[in-house]
Amino acid sequence: MILVGAVGVIVRKHPVHAALSLVLTLFGVAVLFVAQEAHFLAAVQVIVYAGAIVVLFLFVIMLLGVDRVENLRTEPLSGQRPLAVLASLGLVAVLITAILRGNQIFNERGTGLNLPDAQDGPDANTVQLAESIFSQYVVAFEVTSVLLVIAVVGTVLLTRRTRATAE
Amino acid sequence: MMALSLVPTASWYLVLSAVLFGIGTLGVLVRRNPLVMFMCIELMLNAVNLSFVALARELGDINGQTIVFFVMVVAAAEVVVGLGIIVSIMRNRSTLTADDLAGLKG
Repeated sequence: MILVGAVGVIVRKHPVHAALSLVLTLFGVAVLFVAQEAHFLAAVQVIVYAGAIVVLFLFVIMLLGVDRVENLRTEPLSGQRPLAVLASLGLVAVLITAILRGNQIFNERGTGLNLPDAQDGPDANTVQLAESIFSQYVVAFEVTSVLLVIAVVGTVLLTRRTRATAE
Repeated sequence: MMALSLVPTASWYLVLSAVLFGIGTLGVLVRRNPLVMFMCIELMLNAVNLSFVALARELGDINGQTIVFFVMVVAAAEVVVGLGIIVSIMRNRSTLTADDLAGLKG
């Protein structure tokens, strides 16, 4: 299902259809997060990605009126597509080979925090993640909040200035 | 060399994330619409997140999930800035194709 959505993102001609395929993929990844006991990240994935980001994409598509069918038949650069397919397949082959060769590191357990057991309660994953973020990575957390503020202010400035010059 | 077993182990998750990353790369290389290219970049980020979570579980380390959290926040900021740039470009142009954006002059 995830791969169907991912392929849908790159083969659908209509940008809205591509965005909806992206929703399918993001929900599938969220389900895999739940399956791997990352409950908080699954919730964040659904809210931030499938909620906010895709809605933002659809909003921009509708705002700009670019929701027309892209012509995928014509190739802009000659020979680009076979080369792109070849490069992607090579990348996947290299990654899979590395994964299979590196399989034996799974025999050595990590030395960090242990993931919660089932008897720790349903909130154990969230509690552990919060302890990690707010104790070990609290500086990075604050820097991230500054980054978000800068992004919002920069975007507002970007769109306002161009409208002022256009008028 | 170990073979993949049929139960969903961490290797399956890693292979899935590699394939997702490859599809995202292919999309960025092939598609000409900047919006769809952004979606493919999101796809690649999700693939990396998936591999982080799989390794965090397999190695018993919560810090992988912490990094995934930060990646999500930075991706949200990146999408906001990128879509702002696309909107401001589209105010002056009618078509939206990455090949037309070769010049930086407005």
